[in-house]
Amino acid sequence: MKILGLETSSRRLSVALWLDGRLLERGGDYPNAGSEYVLPWAVELLAEAGMALGDLDGIGVGAGPGGFVGLRLACGIAQGLAFGLDLPVVGVSTLEALALAAGGARVLACTDARMNEVYVAAYEIHDGMPETIMAPGVFPPERVPVPPGSGWLGAGEGFSVYGERLHEALGTTLTAVSADVWPTAAAVARLALPRLARGEGLDPALAAPRYVRDKVALTTAERLARGGVR
Amino acid sequence: MLVLGVESSCDETGLALYSTTRGLLAHAVHSQVKMHEDYGGVVPELASRDHIRRLIPLLRIVLDEAAAEKDDIDAVAYTAGPGLAGALLVGASFAEALALSLGVPALPIHHLEGHLLSPLLAKNPPNFPFVALLVSGGHTQLMRVAGVGRYELLGESLDDAAGEAFDKTAKLLGLGYPGGPALASLAATGQAGRYRLPRPMLHTNDLNFSFSGLKTAVLTLVGGGLADGDRADLAAEFQEAVTEVLVAKALRAVRTCKLDRLVVAGGVGANQRLRQRLDSEGAALNIRIHYPELSLCTDNGAMIAFCGAQRLQAAAAGQNHGAFAIRPRWPLAELIAPS
Ligand SMILES: Nc1ncnc2c1ncn2[C@@H]1O[C@H](COP(=O)(O)OP(=O)(O)O)[C@@H](O)[C@H]1O
Repeated sequence: MKILGLETSSRRLSVALWLDGRLLERGGDYPNAGSEYVLPWAVELLAEAGMALGDLDGIGVGAGPGGFVGLRLACGIAQGLAFGLDLPVVGVSTLEALALAAGGARVLACTDARMNEVYVAAYEIHDGMPETIMAPGVFPPERVPVPPGSGWLGAGEGFSVYGERLHEALGTTLTAVSADVWPTAAAVARLALPRLARGEGLDPALAAPRYVRDKVALTTAERLARGGVR
Repeated sequence: MLVLGVESSCDETGLALYSTTRGLLAHAVHSQVKMHEDYGGVVPELASRDHIRRLIPLLRIVLDEAAAEKDDIDAVAYTAGPGLAGALLVGASFAEALALSLGVPALPIHHLEGHLLSPLLAKNPPNFPFVALLVSGGHTQLMRVAGVGRYELLGESLDDAAGEAFDKTAKLLGLGYPGGPALASLAATGQAGRYRLPRPMLHTNDLNFSFSGLKTAVLTLVGGGLADGDRADLAAEFQEAVTEVLVAKALRAVRTCKLDRLVVAGGVGANQRLRQRLDSEGAALNIRIHYPELSLCTDNGAMIAFCGAQRLQAAAAGQNHGAFAIRPRWPLAELIAPS
């Protein structure tokens, strides 16, 4: 199968091309600049592989959680490409992609959710495929849920931003930490592969970001109830 | 040529198909007004979240309605600014990727150029040159329009936009969101003149406006509260004050430019009292007033598709490499004519 992977949920943007077992990737640290890089990288990778967009079999997209703007950039691009090319789309958890990219057997993936919170999930990796032990959630660092057992690798930017506060909650659950690990398009493509192969790809209209943080504003009634003004 | 238009700059998702030979074939708009009502205004993050759910369903509707296939699309035009950054980015990402996948040009369009040219989609379109009065929630501007992309700013609001003044005043009067239409309905039951509000900058020598003082004057009058009848009278007076200044300066602009056509665009252009006064005072001066069709007064994809078509016909689009940028703040006068 030939799969395009997109991952722009963090400041580390990347695009990957999975070609029947071979992986090509482009990426870099370009906060807020996805519109400038993502499609040109995809075009470059296809040219490098001597392929056209029309040769793709599906699109994998880092669906979230992560920066809202970045999630929609990748999702909008995936929707546009997939609609134009009649392709299925698979949304992959960015924390799962992070866990796979981290390379441990038991990974607690944790990214910065801003506003003094983190996105966190836990996975056990068997034969290169993560199994979800703790589904993605958003928590204040000192209140992250603790995964069962020990031997966990803490991975992701959450640990560089909130290291001490996370350690308060996690104690000896973690045996190691790699903070400088990011969700990658290569991991997204790898994770999308079996799902696309099983026919689990979605119509592009159904490709949607998974924000996890769902309450983003107060209604007028809620503001008034908290003593605010109209 | 068939141009798809995509609009997502604020709280409406609009898609449309415009044919350079057959005109507007289909347009569909999803308004988020109901969704934002509970919040007392547009919540940008919620607006963006809604846009991304609506694009493809609306695209399917317009393709159906136009009896067209996606492969019939010759270019994809989209609103690149001005507007809410997050909301703009949704439409831009989708449109750019769709254009790339179809192998056709992507055309970033200025939202206000869309409004400005939307009267050209009406049955008796005005010829260039004309003066345009752009009155929306974000802008109040007078422009001299010599052709597509040839816009000269004649004057603008130095503070609040007219629509913003309507919305803020509506809030002071205890009306819901969006305030403009609510205030206009209340005004229809009241009597202007019982209260007396200023006519800001009516007699200045320029073509600029100022509306923020009106809101303050209303605030003073509202004070501790008003009876219902009084509120209606105050609403009517407010509407009259805004209308009077808009009409006077717009008609003066037309005469200063020695032209005989005025085009009115933007949400406030839907205001009936404004239309009444423009029509009658314009007629007295032999000035013909053009409005977009009512369904094209609010944000929509048709005006974006139309602008895209104009620009596409005027100049060969460059090769599509996929890089794009949005411009949340983008002065209209910076646009250049296609050459
Ligand atoms: N009948 C009306 N009378 C006065 N203002 C109106 C009326 N209908 C809409 N508006 C105002 O028009 C503005 C919306 O217009 P629109 O062109 O969509 O602006 P923007 O894109 O800048 O938000 C709002 O401020 C709204 O209150």
